[in-house]
Amino acid sequence: MNQIGSSTGLHAVLEQEVKKNAGWRLFIQTVIARAYPRVIGQQREKSWMFFDIFLPVLAVSAYVFVYRAIQAPEDYIGFVIVGGAMTAFWMNVLWGMSSQLYWEKETGNLALYIMAPNSLMAILLGMALGGIVATTLRAATIIILGSLLFEVSYAVVSFTQLFAVFILAMAALYGMGMMFASVYLLLSREAWHLSNLAQEPVYLLSGFYFPIKNFNFWIALGASVIPLTLGLDAMRQLAFKTGETLGFLSVQVELLVLIGLSVLFLVAARILIRHMEKLAIREGRLTESRR
Amino acid sequence: MDFAIQTKNLGRVYKIRGGKKSEPRELVALQDVNLQVRQGELFGLLGPNGAGKTTLIKILTTLLAPTTGVASVAGFDVVKQAEKVRPQINMVSGGESSGYGLLTVRENLWMFAQFYGIPSAVANWRIRELLKVVGLSDRINSKSSDLSTGLRQKMNIVRGFLTDPDVLFMDEPTLGLDVGASRDVRRFIREWVDQDPSRTLLLTTHYMVEADELCDRVAIINQGRVLACDRPATLKSRLQKEVLFRIEVSPLNGTSVETFEMLPGVSKVTYRPLDGYAVLELILEQDDALGSVVNLMTSSNIHILKLQKREPTLEDVFVDLVGRSMEEVEKSETEEGNR
Repeated sequence: MNQIGSSTGLHAVLEQEVKKNAGWRLFIQTVIARAYPRVIGQQREKSWMFFDIFLPVLAVSAYVFVYRAIQAPEDYIGFVIVGGAMTAFWMNVLWGMSSQLYWEKETGNLALYIMAPNSLMAILLGMALGGIVATTLRAATIIILGSLLFEVSYAVVSFTQLFAVFILAMAALYGMGMMFASVYLLLSREAWHLSNLAQEPVYLLSGFYFPIKNFNFWIALGASVIPLTLGLDAMRQLAFKTGETLGFLSVQVELLVLIGLSVLFLVAARILIRHMEKLAIREGRLTESRR
Repeated sequence: MDFAIQTKNLGRVYKIRGGKKSEPRELVALQDVNLQVRQGELFGLLGPNGAGKTTLIKILTTLLAPTTGVASVAGFDVVKQAEKVRPQINMVSGGESSGYGLLTVRENLWMFAQFYGIPSAVANWRIRELLKVVGLSDRINSKSSDLSTGLRQKMNIVRGFLTDPDVLFMDEPTLGLDVGASRDVRRFIREWVDQDPSRTLLLTTHYMVEADELCDRVAIINQGRVLACDRPATLKSRLQKEVLFRIEVSPLNGTSVETFEMLPGVSKVTYRPLDGYAVLELILEQDDALGSVVNLMTSSNIHILKLQKREPTLEDVFVDLVGRSMEEVEKSETEEGNR
């Protein structure tokens, strides 16, 4: 360390008056800053290419070979590829969003987030935004690789609608993740069991590897609470020739439901994060690392 | 007078959950704490682990609600006006592992600056300058996961100063730092406060020397209560009527500390066994009392290895107030916790 008194930098720093933004500027700054570790930081660990690309492509391949073996319609191959890509988002929401506040507590970040003048909702939005961007990179790679490997042909009806469905599915899915982040923190360690418990059933119920029209109507309707179910179904309808005939509800209805789910989950996330903060301050337990 | 920090009858009780069938028990972490820290002051909270220092800091930084009393920071109530307190403060804790290991030192610090609304250009400039000050410039682009504990703590310290808070809370800031780095951090902290009279720093420590060397005023805290609060010199002057001796002796051969304390003119005795010998710290009413102490040692076949008369320290003040050394208090608290 330098001799403190001799540092010209110190005097400059000490004398500088620091202007600080507040309001919506602070909100935006917080969202971007919290997204940064996911958008930039996560790409530095190169093992993601193996775990997030190679392994999912392998899982998708198994279904492709099964469908080819039973001579299923060729669009099913595309369904599986898109489904495989979308599982990346589900995994990210489950392990990177829902359990994130718990991790932040363990490292001491949560206390710093609460103590700073920013909004905790901005922190959650930043996590979500960063998660979406980082996972889109993985999902897009899976789609490109899978499509090239298995010669999938697309017949996009409307790029605008396809984009809208994707955005709304992400808003609803990550809204759900933001909501679960507080729930998991409140449940603390038991949350791990929830994540493990939710992983496989959602694979099945969301129809990652087959159209949910194959379900009983009521089961499919119940599964529609998971945002990926309708998002995936609508995307398949818009991207493949036989998509519409294999779709569960019309794209318009699915879009409306996704809007409703987005609002519902984001409002619930806001209510729960406020509740969590109040509880943390009242009980002094939630910001305490257990180590 | 402007007080940067003020507490009135502040208390905090934790409810500790037992098993599923047992009732939750209560743990009193703070009780009736009344403190007034002036603007521009470097104020120390001195006490053993578990004394309530961190609980007090958590309340003052809006992270924890008190169960009784009120507290204000920078003129705002920490419970009712937390949103007004937060832009004015920051906190650094010793041994914290905040931030993200995959980000570089600069990126981590930039991220935390954003949470306070500091524009990127200003933040980056301040990061560069502050890293120079703590001697971490050459690691600006290192991943924070690659930093040693000491370097990581320097990064945390920069995070605290980066947002230019009016009131900075430092909870054991030199924990885990080597002697040289600790000294430099202390020097920087002092400089930071002295540069601007509107800056206030509250520091918790269980290092007596740190509190003595650094703080304008010190509050001694134990078991959630503030036992004394004054300038270090004034606190030490409480003991100037008494005489302090440090005696290195051979093992006590079964003679108890209480036997020494029962001797006429002996106020307090603390005993610390070390490797092959022991240290007795004596607070005597007068020099004369030393004779009976030496006689007792001779008759008990305890050999005096070294005898030293010394000036009172804050450790002696703590012993005088609590009856035991800070080390003994921490040891007994740990044993009680294990039970």
